[in-house]
Amino acid sequence: MAKEKETVPVALVTLTIGILVAIISFWYGRDNGLLPEQVSQQAPLVDNFFRVMVTVGTALFLLVEGAIVFALFKFRRRPDDDTDAPPIKGNFSLEVFWTAIPAVIVIGLGIYSVDVYNRMGGFDTVGSTAVAHHHGGHATQLASLPGSSDVGAPLLSAAAPQQVAFKYGLGATPAEGQASPFLEIAVKGLQYAWLFTYPNGMVTGELHVPVGEDVRLNITAQDVLHSFWLPEFRIKQDAIPGETTELRFTPTKTGTYPVVCAELCGAYHGSMRSQIIIQEPDEYEQWVAENQPVAVTTGTDTVALHPSERSDADFLAPYAAEWGIDAAAIAPLQPERHA
Amino acid sequence: MQGTLDTASNGRNPATNAAMGHAEHEDYRLLGLMTFLFSESLMFGGLFAVYLVYRSSNGAWPPAGTEVELLLPAINTVILVSSSFVIHRGDSAIKKGDVGGMRFWYLATALMGIVFLGGQVYEYLNLGYGLGKNVFSSCFYVMTGFHGLHVLVGVLLMLGVIWRSRREGHYNAEKHTGVEMTEIYWHFVDIIWIVLFALLYILTLF
Amino acid sequence: MTQAQISMDAVSHTEHPEAWKWYHYFWYNTDHKVIGIQYLVFSFIAYLIAGVMALFMRAELYTPNSDVLDPNLYNALLTNHGTMMIFFWVVPAAIGGFGNYLVPLMIGAKDMAFPNLNAIAFWLNPPAALMLTISLWFGGAQSGWTAYPPLSLVTNNLGQSFWALAILLVGTSSILGALNFLITIYKLKIPNMRWDQLPLFCWAMVATSALALFSTPVLAAGLILLLFDINFGTGFFRPEMGGNVVIYQHLFWFYSHPAVYLMILPIFGIMSEVISTHARKPIFGYKAIAYSSLAICFVGLFVWVHHMFTSGTPPWMRMFFTISTLIVAVPTGVKIFGWVATLWGGKIRFTTPMLFAVGLLAMFVLGGLSGVTLGTAPFDIHVHDTYYVVAHFHYVLFGGSVFGLYAAIYHWFPKMTGRMYNEPLGKAHFILTFIGTNLTFLPMHELGLQGMPRRIAMYDPQFEAINQLCTYGSMLLGVSILPFLINAIWSWGWGPKAERNPWRSLTLEWQTASPPIIENFPEDPIVWAGPYDYGIDTEADEDDTTVEDMLAEVGAEAR
Repeated sequence: MAKEKETVPVALVTLTIGILVAIISFWYGRDNGLLPEQVSQQAPLVDNFFRVMVTVGTALFLLVEGAIVFALFKFRRRPDDDTDAPPIKGNFSLEVFWTAIPAVIVIGLGIYSVDVYNRMGGFDTVGSTAVAHHHGGHATQLASLPGSSDVGAPLLSAAAPQQVAFKYGLGATPAEGQASPFLEIAVKGLQYAWLFTYPNGMVTGELHVPVGEDVRLNITAQDVLHSFWLPEFRIKQDAIPGETTELRFTPTKTGTYPVVCAELCGAYHGSMRSQIIIQEPDEYEQWVAENQPVAVTTGTDTVALHPSERSDADFLAPYAAEWGIDAAAIAPLQPERHA
Repeated sequence: MQGTLDTASNGRNPATNAAMGHAEHEDYRLLGLMTFLFSESLMFGGLFAVYLVYRSSNGAWPPAGTEVELLLPAINTVILVSSSFVIHRGDSAIKKGDVGGMRFWYLATALMGIVFLGGQVYEYLNLGYGLGKNVFSSCFYVMTGFHGLHVLVGVLLMLGVIWRSRREGHYNAEKHTGVEMTEIYWHFVDIIWIVLFALLYILTLF
Repeated sequence: MTQAQISMDAVSHTEHPEAWKWYHYFWYNTDHKVIGIQYLVFSFIAYLIAGVMALFMRAELYTPNSDVLDPNLYNALLTNHGTMMIFFWVVPAAIGGFGNYLVPLMIGAKDMAFPNLNAIAFWLNPPAALMLTISLWFGGAQSGWTAYPPLSLVTNNLGQSFWALAILLVGTSSILGALNFLITIYKLKIPNMRWDQLPLFCWAMVATSALALFSTPVLAAGLILLLFDINFGTGFFRPEMGGNVVIYQHLFWFYSHPAVYLMILPIFGIMSEVISTHARKPIFGYKAIAYSSLAICFVGLFVWVHHMFTSGTPPWMRMFFTISTLIVAVPTGVKIFGWVATLWGGKIRFTTPMLFAVGLLAMFVLGGLSGVTLGTAPFDIHVHDTYYVVAHFHYVLFGGSVFGLYAAIYHWFPKMTGRMYNEPLGKAHFILTFIGTNLTFLPMHELGLQGMPRRIAMYDPQFEAINQLCTYGSMLLGVSILPFLINAIWSWGWGPKAERNPWRSLTLEWQTASPPIIENFPEDPIVWAGPYDYGIDTEADEDDTTVEDMLAEVGAEAR
């Protein structure tokens, strides 16, 4: 690299730049405000990881962009100078240096991400060590659930029940170890809604969980791929036809947060949204008690956001199961969606 | 595959080329074909990998109701594998300048290819299940069908070589890239079949 | 022996006119330069169409509700926007267009190794475009450019099938082109050009072609299985028949992650040419840049599962592919640092191609950094399939590939057309594009982090303000194309005549006429210096007379 020729010593300039870049990077890494609220135990892990990456990234960004902008000013062609620049073809030690620095950074990030992933529970999905002799069936309680599906696929639950093996997703964190979760809820994605089945058989269109308790979602898909995303929890897992995946988390504060489908699942993918409502344990118990007997939810609460374009059938479909209506009953309402 | 990559194999009169101001360069068609076949083998490789994954993730393999026959495919395999030796006789013949011999052996190989295809069709007709039965039958028909398409192309290439060879001097001891390319292609088809036979027939026994 | 052997790929030196007339560009032609321009014009039209699709989508996203377009149409637009930008614009323009035009010239050859195969590879593209048009006629494929089953199996089967056929055709074209490039560079490089004198664009094309040969056939396999599932009742991706939907994702990404490198490696080659020429300085670390292309090609084959971190992938796979993905950052960093070091100490001319190259460098840094964050599974789980991803890949594909293509178009415009482009219009184009790109795509990072998924026609109203900002940016991008179109059309027809070597570049394509004569060079060129030996023209390598001749010519044109 060209040597500075100013009167200010190079070392001093470098030091000043270094300190400035470090300060800005640490500040932006900490206070970027880019991520939403943290509502799960995993969220701080992910966010701290993101902060580290933003800090390193900001430093690299400032240095490289700074070098580019500086070079553009300092080394612009002067008027009437048609000569070539000095033929510097490379500098071996410099090249080794800038190969080694990113290498060290990415190795560090790699180790860190394995650690974060482990603490999020990624390594302990149920059955991740089990023999992979399953396919097709799954053992959730949603037998012959009708849906809005216009898919030719037969209902998966029609397949012979087989041994369940969850292989994919986020499982128990090392702290939770072998303990079973406090609450286990079956989640089913279908065009264009999420259905939640509670241990007592209650089916709802929005997810209620008690704060501070360990929850496991066993996720399946009825028709096409969906992806169960809780942005405030920083966790996501695809719902895959023919497989059961899982997400395990512990909410850390009460409130209402969005449940989003993140995998393109058809025309109304964007409206496939619901809510997760985190309640104090006593409120949660009360909600369960109120809803248990007739297994009907508070109806008009959001199952998904319904833009006005949605047809009646689309709107009704998620509720059909809860109301015990057969799929055929609402089929006439179904518009020719793929004409 | 031996080194016939000399400029003469390009078949143009060097004097004419010089007069037109074009310098000749070597004939790279064999190299091109082999690069293409390498790429092609990765397509089959993708299919093989898919098949193996299905096999390992499904319990009974092949699933009940989609058993395969063994005798006829075994005979077919013998025919196809030995055809590789037959076509090589044709290649040896043309290297000695024996166009008649080349035509004989290539015709024999083409006939063996046709017999293979006939056997394949016979097998399809007698299996008793279609390609929509289950994932094994899907794999079976698509993989053998895709290979059969390659066999058909190989047969057409051989017939093309024979058709072209009727012209005096079209192929001779020095100039027979088309003959060689057909042979290499046929060996490729053969090797793919051996893997397919192992996967679709032999592996179902275990 | 009098019969010329008519085979489909032997080099054919047929009779040809002194120079091509305009109508020669509209029909089958085996000249690599004609084919290059055919690719470029063809793909640019696709770019314009796909760009209009993007503008319609941004218009829809101006409001949270689905009010401009039918949601099915929206999905068709997003699918075909991606498909066309990738398979009909960046890949054919960078590889087919500039690869064909430049590789034989840069290595001193008369043409490609298989000119007929080359023409056939190009002429597979119009039928592919026809297939895609038919697909759109029937409502278009609506399951994203990834076409994941089961959605792709149940949505608009006819449109989806024609879409798959179109991709199969361009895939075949890509394989044929790739083997042609490899053999051309390996065999037709003039003998006195050493391998370390091969222009970096050609090194990039070696890596690109190898990657295409490895990965494209696997995509073809996946699409064939998809076609069978849609039309012939097979069960590869139907779980109820024992199939598995995740296998398709593996097949798809085994190709489509390398496809990302297919779209950026040639651009990296273009960057090395443009930056070195306009900074009047040798490329910094030639070998490092050449080898890093090969390293990206190799590592790029083993990173595909990072697109599937939230799919059906076991923990070990997520971790393995996190690490392998992070490794790609190292060779990419080597290139970026090499270019910055090339600028450093140069005598930078702010021509339009240089501005686009520097703009690319500036934006690619951000795209690369966000790419590193996306490569780590724990963080990717949050942002996968969100606007954060959309922001990332538009920074590397628009800020990267498209900027690189613009740089290349301006840089080689005088060579291809024999006329100079208009510099003020070019600068206006750059400024509008640069602002538009950042305005459109920078805010999308925030959208994704906050919780907006991608590929949606209706969204949570809390994201409305940022989306409107993005829509304004996209309008600016739409406008930014106008100065380019005016410039390109006007300059091509009526621009001032260009010199043989207006940039005083040292690579071989500049040593022949502008535009080059039909078989490129009046006689075989002699390589007397490396491709980037700026600033040392007084030092001769071999042939004295040639050096003096060259110097005299270069000096004469500089005046």
